[in-house]
Amino acid sequence: MNSDLLLIGRNTAVMIGGGLLLAMAAAALFAPWLFAGDPTALDPVARLRAPAAAQWFGTDMYGRDLYGRTVYGSRISLLVGLTVAAVSVAVGLSIGLVAGYVRWVDAVVMRVMDGIMAIPGILLAIAMIALAGSSLVTVVVAIAIPEVPRVVRLVRGVVLGIREEPYVEAAISVGTRLPHILIRHVLPNTVAPLIVQATYVCASAMILEAILSFLGAGVPPEIPSWGNIMAEGRTYFQIAPWIIFFPGLALALTVLGVNLLGDGLRDSLDPRITKRM
Amino acid sequence: MIGFAARRLLATVPVMAVVAVFVFLLLHLGPGDPATVIAGDYAKPEDIARIRAQLGLDRPLYVQFGSWLWRLAQGDLGVSIFSNLPVAQLIGQRLEPTLALSALTLTFAVLVAVPLGTVAAWTAGSWIDRGVMAFAVVGFSVPVFVLGYALIYGLALKLALFPVQGYVGLAEGLWPFLHRLILPSLTLSVVYIALIARITRASVLDVLGEDYIRTAHAKGLTERAVLVRHALRNAAVPIVTVIGIGFALLIGGVVVTESVFNIPGLGRLTVDAVLRRDYPVIQGIILVFSAAYVLVNLVIDILYTVFDPRIRY
Repeated sequence: MNSDLLLIGRNTAVMIGGGLLLAMAAAALFAPWLFAGDPTALDPVARLRAPAAAQWFGTDMYGRDLYGRTVYGSRISLLVGLTVAAVSVAVGLSIGLVAGYVRWVDAVVMRVMDGIMAIPGILLAIAMIALAGSSLVTVVVAIAIPEVPRVVRLVRGVVLGIREEPYVEAAISVGTRLPHILIRHVLPNTVAPLIVQATYVCASAMILEAILSFLGAGVPPEIPSWGNIMAEGRTYFQIAPWIIFFPGLALALTVLGVNLLGDGLRDSLDPRITKRM
Repeated sequence: MIGFAARRLLATVPVMAVVAVFVFLLLHLGPGDPATVIAGDYAKPEDIARIRAQLGLDRPLYVQFGSWLWRLAQGDLGVSIFSNLPVAQLIGQRLEPTLALSALTLTFAVLVAVPLGTVAAWTAGSWIDRGVMAFAVVGFSVPVFVLGYALIYGLALKLALFPVQGYVGLAEGLWPFLHRLILPSLTLSVVYIALIARITRASVLDVLGEDYIRTAHAKGLTERAVLVRHALRNAAVPIVTVIGIGFALLIGGVVVTESVFNIPGLGRLTVDAVLRRDYPVIQGIILVFSAAYVLVNLVIDILYTVFDPRIRY
């Protein structure tokens, strides 16, 4: 494990990606210190001001400070990204473990997963939010569901490879019960690929959340998420492009950080792939 | 080959069946009464009753599903609650812009990404390779609508090279049609380029280590001939596969890009339908897009045998 950590530490992608992500996490955590005012405070006199010393990122059409809104917006993006990653990995892992090990479950579950994967994730998510109403919970669930089949496939693939290993056969031959085999022998092998997969799920969830809010089917409009800020900026784009640019830049940097972290972790955790990718 | 195609076609039946069940159940899985949800927050009781009757929501679930499936089999996607027009007709009207945008995006992406990935693999480790890989990671991280607005700002507003937004049909002439479509296609193709370039590089790099590549070099073929005829040809299967998988990405991107560039295609129809909770339209669009995705991947599976005669089913 020590040598693993060393390898991860030496990877530039992990360092840059982790750094970007840490910066965003710090912005989310210390938002009240980074921006003293209220990100939802209206100031009609200071409407649509360009970025300047007083308001670093300018103001929107209600005179709200965009720097403050962008800083607070990081909370929503990170919250959605991390929760969706956790939920879809947990659900996908449970389904994948069982599917990979129990033949008849496998046949049924994989057909259902193929079906869900055939539905474009964005469409599935916006349809669900349109019907269930917009709230943070709905958004997380709606984004997590299309991600689950990918995790299931990954876990199932790992399980199918492992169940033929001699140490699993040995465990079966001494009468170890199935749940014990799954948790003790199979589960640890899924950890490395799952961590990598979780970063990609997190990145795509943050983009999807922004897209949903941008289309008007995301978190409630009064929450200053990056997608909501950009959605409000659409009408004013030609005269106040900064309303879209700053949250957009923040989102792109965060997603870049997560993707770099994922690529770097993949290379460090599985050196066999590194040679090819 | 024909036998395989037939078997592969049969295999899409359970997938589409799951899609159909899922799309049907969407409305019923959510909390609350479906008719009330569709009618919206300010609906009068008679509106709710009308929607309930129109969608047949007062009947048992299995009867609803059966009759829905039966009509679906006949190509009847239902009637829009908002405009009272057949959903199939609404989708048909919006098909051209979406198809045009997708086709141009796909063309851009393949034309740029495959050479880019091949060159990166060929010069592996060089600064060109690093540049391509950096572009691939960044391209994958910038959300399509952020990129869209950045390109509108730079190329349309500042440099005035392209119209800002809008769409002109092919019937109005080829140039006006293309002129408005270039910027959205360029925007949408970036993610795709990143994805395809990355796989192309990995796949070509794999092939370049093979013995037959050394043989090709040894018999005096030019670098170009080795790369195109031997390396790229053998690397084609993963590349074609990722184009199919990426088709899902393309569909999602189309919805967003059409909203950014004000293109009256299926994506805009989707967003409008969602905002109006026009459920039959949402159902119809999801079914059509999912069927397109399944179909594209079916064609690609069959194409494998063309690209790589070693593959036999």
